[in-house]
Amino acid sequence: MLDQLPILSAITFLPTLGAVAILILRAIMRGEDAALLDRNAKGVALFVTLVVFALAALLVVEFDACQPGYQFVENAGWLGDLGISYKMGVDGLSVLFVLLTAFLMPICILSSWKIEKRVADYMAAFLILETLVIGVFCALDLVLFYIFFEGSLIPMFLIIGVWGGQNRIYAAFKFFLYTFLGSVLMLAAMIVMFIQAGTTDIEAMQQFAFAESLQTWLWLGFFASFAVKMPMWPVHTWLPDAHVQAPTAGSVILAGILLKLGGYGFLRFSLPMFPDASAFFAPMVFVLSIIAIVYTSIVAFRQTDIKKLIAYSSVAHMGFVTMGLFAMNELGVQGAIFQMISHGFISGALFLCVGVIYDRFHTRDIAFYGGLVHKMPVFAVFFGLFAMANVGLPGTSGFVGEIMTMMGAFQVDPRVAFGAALGVIFSAVYMLTVYKKVVFGQMTNEKLEGATDLGRREWINLSVLAALTLYFGFITTPITDTTKASVDALIQQYQAALVTDVEPAAGEAEG
Amino acid sequence: MAYLVVFAPLIASIIAGLFQKQIGDRAAQIITTGATISAALASVYLLIDVAYGGNARTIDIVSWMAVGQFEVNWAIRLDTLSAVMLVVITSVSSLVHVYSWGYMADDPHRARFFSYLSLFTFAMLALVTADNFIQMFFGWEGVGLASYLLIGFYYKKESANAAAIKAFVTNRVGDFGFALGIMATFAVFGTVKFDEVFAQIPEMSGEILTVFGMNFQALELIAFLLFIGAMGKSAQFFLHVWLPDAMEGPTPVSALIHAATMVTAGVFLVCRCFPIYEVAPDTSAFITFIGAVTALFAATVGLAQNDIKRVIAYSTCSQLGYMFFAAGLGLYSAAMFHLFTHAFFKALLFLGAGSVIHGLHHEQDMRNMGGIYKLLPATWILMIIGTLALTGVGLPIVLGGLGFAGFYSKDMIIEEAFAMGTEGVTFGMFAFWIGITAAALTSFYSWRLIFMTFHGKFRGKEETLKHAHESPPVMLVPLVLLAIGALFAGGVFKSDFVAKGAQSFWGESLPAGAYSDYKYGDYGSGDYTSGDSYGEEDHADESHSEEAGYGDEAHGDDHSERHPTWVLVLPVVVSAGGFILAWYFYMANPHLPGRIAATNGPLLRFLQNKWYFDEIYDFIFVRGTRALGDLFWKVGDERIIDGGGPNGIAATVMAGARRLARMQSGFVYHYAFVMLIGVVVLALVLIAGAGV
Repeated sequence: MLDQLPILSAITFLPTLGAVAILILRAIMRGEDAALLDRNAKGVALFVTLVVFALAALLVVEFDACQPGYQFVENAGWLGDLGISYKMGVDGLSVLFVLLTAFLMPICILSSWKIEKRVADYMAAFLILETLVIGVFCALDLVLFYIFFEGSLIPMFLIIGVWGGQNRIYAAFKFFLYTFLGSVLMLAAMIVMFIQAGTTDIEAMQQFAFAESLQTWLWLGFFASFAVKMPMWPVHTWLPDAHVQAPTAGSVILAGILLKLGGYGFLRFSLPMFPDASAFFAPMVFVLSIIAIVYTSIVAFRQTDIKKLIAYSSVAHMGFVTMGLFAMNELGVQGAIFQMISHGFISGALFLCVGVIYDRFHTRDIAFYGGLVHKMPVFAVFFGLFAMANVGLPGTSGFVGEIMTMMGAFQVDPRVAFGAALGVIFSAVYMLTVYKKVVFGQMTNEKLEGATDLGRREWINLSVLAALTLYFGFITTPITDTTKASVDALIQQYQAALVTDVEPAAGEAEG
Repeated sequence: MAYLVVFAPLIASIIAGLFQKQIGDRAAQIITTGATISAALASVYLLIDVAYGGNARTIDIVSWMAVGQFEVNWAIRLDTLSAVMLVVITSVSSLVHVYSWGYMADDPHRARFFSYLSLFTFAMLALVTADNFIQMFFGWEGVGLASYLLIGFYYKKESANAAAIKAFVTNRVGDFGFALGIMATFAVFGTVKFDEVFAQIPEMSGEILTVFGMNFQALELIAFLLFIGAMGKSAQFFLHVWLPDAMEGPTPVSALIHAATMVTAGVFLVCRCFPIYEVAPDTSAFITFIGAVTALFAATVGLAQNDIKRVIAYSTCSQLGYMFFAAGLGLYSAAMFHLFTHAFFKALLFLGAGSVIHGLHHEQDMRNMGGIYKLLPATWILMIIGTLALTGVGLPIVLGGLGFAGFYSKDMIIEEAFAMGTEGVTFGMFAFWIGITAAALTSFYSWRLIFMTFHGKFRGKEETLKHAHESPPVMLVPLVLLAIGALFAGGVFKSDFVAKGAQSFWGESLPAGAYSDYKYGDYGSGDYTSGDSYGEEDHADESHSEEAGYGDEAHGDDHSERHPTWVLVLPVVVSAGGFILAWYFYMANPHLPGRIAATNGPLLRFLQNKWYFDEIYDFIFVRGTRALGDLFWKVGDERIIDGGGPNGIAATVMAGARRLARMQSGFVYHYAFVMLIGVVVLALVLIAGAGV
């Protein structure tokens, strides 16, 4: 039944409508009661994101997991003469990311309830961000994808730049430099692809066999953009700064969704469109992934700023994703997707936890805290759970992604799994250390005396995320079954492409 | 029934943990204890059903992961091996629960404590009932978590927090190996289910795995990696450092987790995977070596410790070493037998120590104790029973041997190591002599503990002595029950675990062992044939050993004839020697130890400082990681990556961009502008392309 309705467009653009509504509201109510405006803006934002979530949930329910191809496809002429069309659709690789985005948004709105500065604009920015991010996951046309992909940065910039911390300009500038370089290269690659394939249709492009020598360059062009997004070592240093400066909800979206755009990009473009180049570069990606896992875990251990620590830990966890993706076997790819979704819950929850204490004490300095368990026992339980999930304790979703990607990588090259497993040790070191410093011990800082435990909204947010983290830690098939058909098709196509090519390239893939 | 055993503690833990405010401490205690006791009763039923009724089975609960070939179920696997563990875990856990009613009576966080205890019990049960490596890993890390929580239970104490982290991280080092072992297993066998893996072993024995450019025998590699995990969990040499520090936790925890159950998980792992270890002789030799070294090392360190709990902790470490070298030599059922008896008498010793600590108001230093046997008579007697069991007191030869629990299990391991040594199994003789030496040391430090704690003159503060008291019945009853175990567990269960009943008792789950055919206490006309008939048996081949076993039964060999008499007598003799020496030092000449301590000799310092392991590790790992972290962060990220990349460019661009920077969101427009240009360029190219 949903096939007849443009549900993807509805999910994508409903938030924009909400944003417009909020901005109109602001214009109408200009000069009137500011508090009322703020309340209305928040209400509208929450309502819209919840409706979008409901629609996305419906989408996933209606989604036919047995079918590998694109579903709910909408195709409308746009710049028809050029072969550019407005084409939307989801498959097993993207549908869960749509749901994840729609799920995290209401949580972000709820966690921003206490924002005081330009509330209406803030809410509008988040809604527009939601449109753009969901658009990225649904777009089936190269130009459309590019617009959503790059456009999603603008509201994020606004969120960091306007509602961020003291050093936000530096963070924004750094972010800009990295992404600018990446986008330019990706744009160049896209143009070449269009000239070659004569279409911007992603589905058609996936069937198009690019010449092997060309693939290398195209792959690198896309890699530049996606690697920054992930972020992979050594282009990761923008992330800690961006996180530190971003408001809590901004961090949640950044870690929970925006980082996944890179991984999704690899899945949608690099692997299916440039299989030879992917196989050729896989060893490099493995090396970078391991460096990301081990190096950033060790760096995280030395951080004094709690948000930076979690940001570094995000980089390490994204290392598992790239490792799994380029293992290009079922376990690796499924594990990578699982890891991305699970990381959406866990890192989002960890940033929310940081937000909880930041809201109360306005500092991210780890040394400031200590002994919070005395005053905030419920917070301590939640933070402990998510810390353990971040460490990858079995029984939480964090474990599943890590073990699957490592198992996938082991089949390709045991050394890779060996390196990644080292990171598992370090993650325990930094996470338990920071947990001890913040939560346990005597409460020596008297400023902490007035600490209050979780409020209702905080409790709702964290318990929902906790429930999901645990649920998917014990039962993983709801996720893996949804992605299975598409992942299988992706791998089959990839293997087939390698087999038909000359031997050396195939040899690389197995090496 | 099986569901009850595994899930009752979990549910109780959740109730006690999440609703402690609503239901209160008392209800939390009742719920957790009740759940554990019912689990214990059900476990006994299951053991009878499985071991004697032959109803080994696996219950699949629900699918956990299913990706291609990689299929993992939550399951409850019941065979004799897991059923024995179920009984050990739930019975000791029940007693510890009950004991804690008294021990933790004044603690304001009792509900949390009981919740953790039950959580631990659940994780441990999930570990032993796993039918695949991944669920085992779940339990494995789950017990690590519970151990972390319980060691750090007194979270205000800095040292407790540090010990908790140390335990978790050291275990993680082991888990690193375990996880890689699982990955290797899957890569080689294409499954992680025990039965499916074991069934394929004959075909895979020649398999080669290439790692780091080196070719490994796949099975050796898997066995080795799994054993790394076992070393971490069971505190074997190199990875033992966390166990003594773990004594920061409340004493009942030490008894349950760090003596009877969790630390034996490594032994369980090796026994569970015995089909792999049987065809991995090199790794088995390595296990023997590490086990033997641990047995000796921990015993030497135990000699010089003054904290009552640390002495017992090192003793545990040492006894685990015995179990491992037994397993390494292929004496799996003997290892399990010692695990079984050890659980009782070591829990007894720990809880007894807890009773002393409780009676003396949290005094743990034995130098501040002494002469309190009159004040704590029940604890004193019970501790002596525990010590007799640990040191393996008994009468060899008479009636085929008669004695306390440890006499059957520990001495048996030593004797069988000798048999293995005469056969030429790698490290067999080495293990035998270390076993003998460590037995002497064990006896010395155990009696030293008794003498220093209960005898001589009281050396602590008068104030403490005045308030010293015997523990309440709620604490003593569990001790008595454990003491009964320490007295009789060896004699009663010997036949089933390692003697004539073993074949049918273990069923498929574990090889009964060659020694099972020698009927203890059954005088036969047998001649000493171990040379021949035993030699034929390759302990690497289970089916073969069974055949040979049945064949041998006709001989009717008897225990005392299987080994030379001196081998049977020696362990008891050296234990007696240890006792005499301890008596000489701490009873006859009580000033002697003080004088030795005053000389502060290098050997003593070496032992007191635990061979300087902590210092060396601290230097290499802790500081190393810190330094590396700073290097990567300050130099790698900030100077090289940022300095060369964005900041370098930034510095040049910044000047021109300063005007923009002053605007709140200047860069956004800047960026949007660039993107717009991008779209325009793209459009132009497209138009050009379309035009062509």
